[in-house]
Amino acid sequence: MADPADTRDAPLIAPIERTGRGFYLTVGILLAFIVWGAVAYWTQFTEGLGVTGLHQPVSWGFYVTNFVFFIGISHAGTLISAILRLSKAEWRRPVVRMAEVITVMVLFIGAGQILVDLGRPDRMLNIIRHGRYQSPLLWDATSISAYLTASIVYLYIPMIPDIAILRDRVGKRKLLYTVLAMGWRGTVHQQRVLNRAIAIMAVLVIPIAVSVHTVVSFVFSMTLQPMWHSTIFGPYFVVGAIFSGIAALIVAMVAFRKAYGLQGYLKPIHFRYLGQLLLVMSLLWFYFTFAEYLTGYYGNEPEEMKVFQAKFTGPYWPFFWGMALTNFVIPVLCLVRLGRRTIGKVLLASLSVTVGMWLERFIIVVPTLSNPRLPFGEGIYAPTWVEWGELAGSLALFALFYVLFTKIFPVISIWEIREGRDVGLKEVEERLRTYLPDTPEAGVVPAARGH
Amino acid sequence: MARWGMVIDLDRCTGCQACVMACKAENNVPPVGAKEAARGRIISWMQVLTEEDDEHSGEVKRFLPRPCLHCDDPPCTKVCPVYATYRNPEGIVAQIYARCIGCRFCMAACPYNAKYFNWHRYQKDAPGQNPDVSLRPKGVVEKCTFCHHRLQRARERALGERREVDPAEYVTACAEACPARAIVFGDLSDPGSEVFRLARSPRAFRLLEELGTKPKVIYLSEGEGRG
Repeated sequence: MADPADTRDAPLIAPIERTGRGFYLTVGILLAFIVWGAVAYWTQFTEGLGVTGLHQPVSWGFYVTNFVFFIGISHAGTLISAILRLSKAEWRRPVVRMAEVITVMVLFIGAGQILVDLGRPDRMLNIIRHGRYQSPLLWDATSISAYLTASIVYLYIPMIPDIAILRDRVGKRKLLYTVLAMGWRGTVHQQRVLNRAIAIMAVLVIPIAVSVHTVVSFVFSMTLQPMWHSTIFGPYFVVGAIFSGIAALIVAMVAFRKAYGLQGYLKPIHFRYLGQLLLVMSLLWFYFTFAEYLTGYYGNEPEEMKVFQAKFTGPYWPFFWGMALTNFVIPVLCLVRLGRRTIGKVLLASLSVTVGMWLERFIIVVPTLSNPRLPFGEGIYAPTWVEWGELAGSLALFALFYVLFTKIFPVISIWEIREGRDVGLKEVEERLRTYLPDTPEAGVVPAARGH
Repeated sequence: MARWGMVIDLDRCTGCQACVMACKAENNVPPVGAKEAARGRIISWMQVLTEEDDEHSGEVKRFLPRPCLHCDDPPCTKVCPVYATYRNPEGIVAQIYARCIGCRFCMAACPYNAKYFNWHRYQKDAPGQNPDVSLRPKGVVEKCTFCHHRLQRARERALGERREVDPAEYVTACAEACPARAIVFGDLSDPGSEVFRLARSPRAFRLLEELGTKPKVIYLSEGEGRG
């Protein structure tokens, strides 16, 4: 373990030691949105869900869309970081922490959407007291709490050596850092235990993450409703979740790179690799979407077609085609060639995907409900200021959690960067050697062995 | 044990909405007001759906009174996370207002849109309400109960008079009010009952039968009196 006097990575600790005007400005703006969200929620809490645009038959709208969207974003995190760690991708080092933080923060926001959506939030504990395991909502509650627990652990464990650095270097919050560092001294034994724990958590967190968005999709696919009752919803949702997660991760990386001057750590190459990953996910997402809609269209069942038409040419066409544009056309055009201006292109693609995946969730939730099988009046759903407030407030709350985190803990893993310099370089060389065919000793001409 | 069910003869239905009004009065179903109604929040446990006839468009409207169909395999009870909606042993699909958390999953899952939500506190204590039917607070789902309180009342009366309940004593408000006698209510498991006989009519069909929800509201298709 490096000694506390090591000052090579000062920029990573700087945001914790010093706070500039930009921070207060950001927090102020975020708080304004959060106040809007809080007022909206208070109005809804006292008057009932009637203050939203929901009605019969569109009884689910923004909140359920937000729920699926935010829980999707959470896959960025832990899943990407776990896969990068397990595959020993060396470029992961400055990226993993940011991804893990997204997961933990956004899971709180995502789970919160369900509470916002409840008609009787005061009876929320009935889910535990009278929980009924046959309901996909209980599967969600179970899976999401498991994921939240696992991702908090998975965020915390790799943070221990960094917290120890803060304990030794930063004057503030001594007690907090001392407790959280759990007596880390960086001995060989401690390091070995740490690496083992990280490896175990990385393996554990992947199936949990996959289960989370699978059961989120089951909320829809377990019903009999047209264009919900689909067998590919599980994997389709997981792919969409990872897709939106990578996009959110890239946006966060660009923001903190600029705000904290991390250009030395987050280089164009990192964005390039993540951009390529985003491109692959975009193509995969398109493949799933194509398969899903073609199956519905070709089967031509009247009920399915009603929903299909509502999306393609009906009242929801701007959302549907907007989704196709932002999730597929724009990202592919941006990412297919990443020669110059890599970061700008990758950022544009990511912002586009973030919007697009929200639209995708919306286009799954609402048109099915607004086209019931029986001849009711079709319902068009128009959100009110309350739902917009909740959306803005939720996004702002997520950003605020993230910003506050970066003021207390380093947003890039210091010890992993150092490990990359000190150990990684040599390790990679050795590992690379094991991949190659064994080369004979220099100077010895390979002789024909006669077999 | 009885299996309560209903037969609705579409040939007899005139679309007069008497069943709708009788249901509202019987079950304290609150009027939501013009503004809320325009926003699509009318609560109507019994609803007369109207449909243009494809063959005679503009001339003939078809009427389809739709209470809760009290499915034997209800998609709504399956998804409830808190046992707030369930199918009781006599086949009636019930809703516990005091337990419902208002997640509206059952509304999303019901293919017949037979469940309604209290978007605001619509129902207030007022004179003239039926004391047998509980008031619904804001934020919970409500639905047709086959006037279950009438069965309870009949049972209490029979208990007081020390005799068995006569199935004829239990009839829903909508069936009672129908001037065309299009709605018949009774025990589907009793071979002597009218519903038993009607349910076996060649005209009998169930709504969205192909979904396998096994509704206990059976319709008799239009046919007679229409060339």
